[in-house]
Amino acid sequence: MEKPQRNWDTKRVQKAQRLAKISNLMTGKYVETNQIITVLEALIAPGDKVVLEGDNQKQASFLSQSLNLVNPKKVNHLHMIMSSISRPEHLDIFERKIASKIDFSYAGAQSVRVSQMIEDGKMKLGDIHTYLELYGRLFIDLIPNVVLVAADKADKAGNLYTGFNTEETPTIVEAAAFKDGIVIVQVNEVVDELPRIDIPAGWVDVVVPADKPYELEALFTRDPQNITELQILMAMMAIKGIYAEHGVQSLNHGIGFNTAAIELLLPTYGASLGLKGKIARNWVLNPHPTIIPAIESGWVESIHSFGGEVGMEKYIAARPDIFFVGQDGTMRSNRVLGQIAGQYAVDMFIGSTLQLDYDGNSSTVTRGRLSGFGGAPNMGHNPGGRRHSTPAWQSLRDQDNALGKGQKLVVQMVETYGANKKPIFVENLDALAVQKQAGLANAPVMIYSEDTTHIVTEEGIAYLYKATSKAQRQAAIAAIGGVTPLGMTSTKESLDQLRHAGIVKLPEDLGIKRSDAKRSLLAAQTIDDLVEWSDGLYEPPMKFRTWS
Amino acid sequence: MEQLAYQYQTSQPISKRVHVGVVGSGDLEILMFPTDKSESTVKVRTGSDGFDKVWGNVLTRFFDRYPISADIVINDFGATPGVVYLRLTQAMEELADEK
Repeated sequence: MEKPQRNWDTKRVQKAQRLAKISNLMTGKYVETNQIITVLEALIAPGDKVVLEGDNQKQASFLSQSLNLVNPKKVNHLHMIMSSISRPEHLDIFERKIASKIDFSYAGAQSVRVSQMIEDGKMKLGDIHTYLELYGRLFIDLIPNVVLVAADKADKAGNLYTGFNTEETPTIVEAAAFKDGIVIVQVNEVVDELPRIDIPAGWVDVVVPADKPYELEALFTRDPQNITELQILMAMMAIKGIYAEHGVQSLNHGIGFNTAAIELLLPTYGASLGLKGKIARNWVLNPHPTIIPAIESGWVESIHSFGGEVGMEKYIAARPDIFFVGQDGTMRSNRVLGQIAGQYAVDMFIGSTLQLDYDGNSSTVTRGRLSGFGGAPNMGHNPGGRRHSTPAWQSLRDQDNALGKGQKLVVQMVETYGANKKPIFVENLDALAVQKQAGLANAPVMIYSEDTTHIVTEEGIAYLYKATSKAQRQAAIAAIGGVTPLGMTSTKESLDQLRHAGIVKLPEDLGIKRSDAKRSLLAAQTIDDLVEWSDGLYEPPMKFRTWS
Repeated sequence: MEQLAYQYQTSQPISKRVHVGVVGSGDLEILMFPTDKSESTVKVRTGSDGFDKVWGNVLTRFFDRYPISADIVINDFGATPGVVYLRLTQAMEELADEK
């Protein structure tokens, strides 16, 4: 058979040609801060796939601002790949016609504008991915031509230190560095010697000192001051009715006041139930400040973190038995490994949502807001190929089936009415309308009904995995649905039957007195209490400090 | 400020006065007084106007599950239905403690 002639290194040749264009601007791997726009115009070609690092916490803000200043006649039709759309210029580049298409995971603060720009045809949408889908596809069919990332420090050779806020930077860099993509890094600081090397210089093409440090948000700090009695009641039910009931040892907590309440009840209420050492030992968790009292009182064996959290640096450095800390004394986070652990390695995921339909499908996409979900769909589902011998996993096993599998616990914890006085339970998720509006292939559901094993509201717990039919599943949700339209369909007879079958439990069924749900039960009631628990090592950001 | 009134046919007399909750933002206080009649009256004073149907639903669900006979006064400062139901059921716990 005759083989057609071809070159096997076209991308490598092309990369060398692009870099040659800026050779006069480079000193080693370094370019001057004020040359960045020229550099970007030379290295990025029209139609390129470009990863712009915008994580949950860390933003390559100097590079995103600079990309927005390139000449659209030279750089256009870019296909952007971003785990998080967080900053205005992430969308301005579409207004300026520098970019035309986007694949992303999470939109957060920009979710309303994303929805509008897709509707106006200013932005073409690839897919809304879970984090792991997005990272995975960087190595399959979304292989980048150029990546724009952020690091804390670089040395003269171009080795990088990303430290506490490593997140997904090494993964993004790897997708480019080993497939002849171009790696451009903004750094806060250039030093002679790095505390440690997180990314080797051989993976890096261009280093540029940023005009100011990259943007960093404290996303996971919840002030205990704002935790309500209702949240405390739900947390008590969750601890007794789920954590203790199933023997949950390894877990992830989603972001929010509901899970913060659980963290702050472990050392008090949890201890009074004799659960210390039996539950909630091994965690994959962003460094929530509200976990400090549980760590200090000996509940927590280990925590692996997706990313950092502003103010927790010194505390974590002083607790290497608990966190993943380098020899230099700073934590190494890793969003990819954290997400894999959250998907495959834990007994339980517990989190909140903005809407649940009558079958238990949930979504945080509401009318006019295309927010995406980040990691919740990875952690909030049951990987079918998994096999685990832990008590929690085995407790959901079908005992009548010789080949029966266990299941990950996926728990949604919601108040029946949100703070806006609108019902959480809706007949149809807004996600369906948003799907039509944005022309999406899939309705943006966060966690599917089939994966949701429990729902907790202020009224009780629905053990959905025990339901034997779709109708019974819906009746169980209605029974704890409060006075939402769904809840009003539940009769006392239905509730009594479900309680008898153990599918629904109310506080009295769990031996919980509602009047005990007091704020005094929280191990810390203020940010100052958290600082005290940490022996002064936790340094809360300004906006969380009190001036009394 | 809105004043709402409701009435329910009920069967289980309460034995003592009960006071639960606090007057504060997002919360409410509930006062329950014993009555000789086989009915409950509920007077709601609320700062959040336009929620009379939701109040009706909360109370209907409560009396469906706990058919107590009492004269009840509720002073509401923007509590969510969840908080209202929590306070009502906490009042039931106080009544049960007596027995």
